[in-house]
Amino acid sequence: MSAQETQGSNKKWIVLFVPLVLFIVLVVFLLKGLGKDPTHLESVLIDKPVPEFTAQDLFDPTQQHSEQVLKKGPLLFNVWATWCPTCRAEHEFLNELAAQGIPIVGLNYKDDSRGKAMDWLNTLGDPYTVNLYDPEGKVAFEFGVYGAPETYFIDAEGRVRYRHVGDVNPRNWENQLKGIYQQMVKEAKQ
Amino acid sequence: MRTLTSTVISALALVATLFSLYAVGQASIREHAFETEAQRELYQTLIQELRCPKCQNQNIADSNAPLSADMRDRTYTMVMEGKSRKQIIDYMVARYGNFVHYRPPFNWYTSILWWGPLLIIVVGVGVAWAMSRKRKQPLALSEEEQERLKQLRKPDHD
Repeated sequence: MSAQETQGSNKKWIVLFVPLVLFIVLVVFLLKGLGKDPTHLESVLIDKPVPEFTAQDLFDPTQQHSEQVLKKGPLLFNVWATWCPTCRAEHEFLNELAAQGIPIVGLNYKDDSRGKAMDWLNTLGDPYTVNLYDPEGKVAFEFGVYGAPETYFIDAEGRVRYRHVGDVNPRNWENQLKGIYQQMVKEAKQ
Repeated sequence: MRTLTSTVISALALVATLFSLYAVGQASIREHAFETEAQRELYQTLIQELRCPKCQNQNIADSNAPLSADMRDRTYTMVMEGKSRKQIIDYMVARYGNFVHYRPPFNWYTSILWWGPLLIIVVGVGVAWAMSRKRKQPLALSEEEQERLKQLRKPDHD
């Protein structure tokens, strides 16, 4: 075989491997998609400041809150309701997080009644530093809430850094969420 | 006689159940009053085009989810305020993302959806063309080979 021929067949081999490489790229791409939950939507608010809103205090109807309550971060912003079973499931863990000193602002979302929501917090414990009352879901609409519970991670500058849909539990807190919170704390100290 | 009575009762119960289901279904789709036909049309197209974030594969016109009802109400309010189609869609997209609109915009992320099939066809045709051209080449024998063939064909060779 001449040198030219060897070069030619090398080139041919490379060309023959192109489909295999493309196939592997496709497999990796599709495998990544397999593990994803299609019902999980990424928030459009990521890295954007919290939207403006006004809301009554859950316990005191004469008291009005605004988005300013979310600008004292880093903090968690939790959307909940008494009709939501998953909110009940995560409640105890939220109490635990609050006991660790993590500030959590609560948004009571389209609940059956103010009384029911107050009862819930009085019996199960109140993990929230501020309790916002949103009977028509107007505040939640500004955040693009599509199902309770949702938990937003808001940094010291009042920007949304992450949205978690579903319950916060010891497992996902340790695996992922704690890191996001600690990162925000670290940035705030700098 | 007894069986007849129970049949009648269960038939009545069925009718009552169906009627109440119908009533619930009707109640979930709140009637909206419009001032002009254009407003009604805009509202109707928008609720067909906007997708319910909660139920994934339904538009907000078909969905019974409370969130869809909220989105219909918001759409209605904005239509009555005189907002344009684009303004209302942008408003929804700003809160729920591109997911909320059944017509995805053309941008960097979606470009592969639009150009992907064309790209595959172009590459496929190109490869087929290159391969067919290659195959034609070795059919002709060189002068040397012609000479050898002649030698081989000579009758005294065997």
